[in-house]
Amino acid sequence: MIKGLLGKKVGMTRIFTNEGESIPVTLVEVPPAVLVQKKNLDKDGYEALQVGSVAIEKKKLAKSTKPYLGHFKDQPPTKYLKEFPADDIDALEVGKIFDVSIFKSGDLVDVSGISKGRGFAGVVKRYKFAGGPASHGHRFHRTTGSIGQRKFPGRVFKNKRMPGHMGAVKVTLQNLKIAEVDLEKNLILIHGAVPGANGKLLTISKAIKVKIKAKN
Amino acid sequence: MKDFTTTNFSQNVFDFEQSQVLDKDNKTSKTEVGDYVRLGYRIAEGEKERVQAFEGVVIARGGGLRCANATITIRRTNQGYAVERIFPCFSPRVDYVKVLKKSKVRRAKLFYLRELKGKKARLKERFAK
Repeated sequence: MIKGLLGKKVGMTRIFTNEGESIPVTLVEVPPAVLVQKKNLDKDGYEALQVGSVAIEKKKLAKSTKPYLGHFKDQPPTKYLKEFPADDIDALEVGKIFDVSIFKSGDLVDVSGISKGRGFAGVVKRYKFAGGPASHGHRFHRTTGSIGQRKFPGRVFKNKRMPGHMGAVKVTLQNLKIAEVDLEKNLILIHGAVPGANGKLLTISKAIKVKIKAKN
Repeated sequence: MKDFTTTNFSQNVFDFEQSQVLDKDNKTSKTEVGDYVRLGYRIAEGEKERVQAFEGVVIARGGGLRCANATITIRRTNQGYAVERIFPCFSPRVDYVKVLKKSKVRRAKLFYLRELKGKKARLKERFAK
């Protein structure tokens, strides 16, 4: 079976277990995805399944390029394309539809997304510098401070932590637990938070480090 | 499963919460701020489970009224010592909620009761019409 799918972060809420335990969960909508292309060792040098999800709206169809639409051949063209590994590639036919049922409650997954952008951030926010006291005559509040020594070495070392653009980068969280899977609504409920703003695209794949963890 | 070609992202948290919340009979939905209530909360004692009652005035409702996060804050004063407990409305541990008295209040949060003691900390009772 395929080892991941694309989804959308819906938002966070909480659910209760029968024992009354409250679990903070993130809702992730995982629409069905169609198998568009199989990558194989001979042609591509690696094995993977390319799936498309979310149908292109009719209005946008005219704006899509012919090469893009042609890539789908007989399959319905979709907005997003993404490759995932799978364990039984030979047995699967192009056109097969995967849905949220590839996940079970209790599974561990890795979730990737683009984190929220923080703009140009100072060192206190960006690198958790301690900063200085706010009052009692101090002039050192949230500034960077010293960034080096004197004539030797006479330069600022590379990778010196300084203010700059923060967030809006790809973030992957590993081994998140699935609390529940709603097959009717194409929803999965993931324990805790996932990267990015509500409504953003996420990649949900089966956890890759779970075996190592089980051994310990 | 929906037809693939028409599938689009359409869910939202509100719909999900409503479906979760409406399933359950909300025992706390009839309580208002200012009510004197008795709330039964199931607690586990070793292997046995029993219902513990907590009686007091609802001084706040939080987390949205019909959302999964909804809570009620109950304040109880006993011999000059006050205890406030916050209960999640939709927790399955909430066994029952009985409204014993209703009061006339003009605020959504009765935090001012924390500063008052004795006869000043009373609320004017409201009777059903």
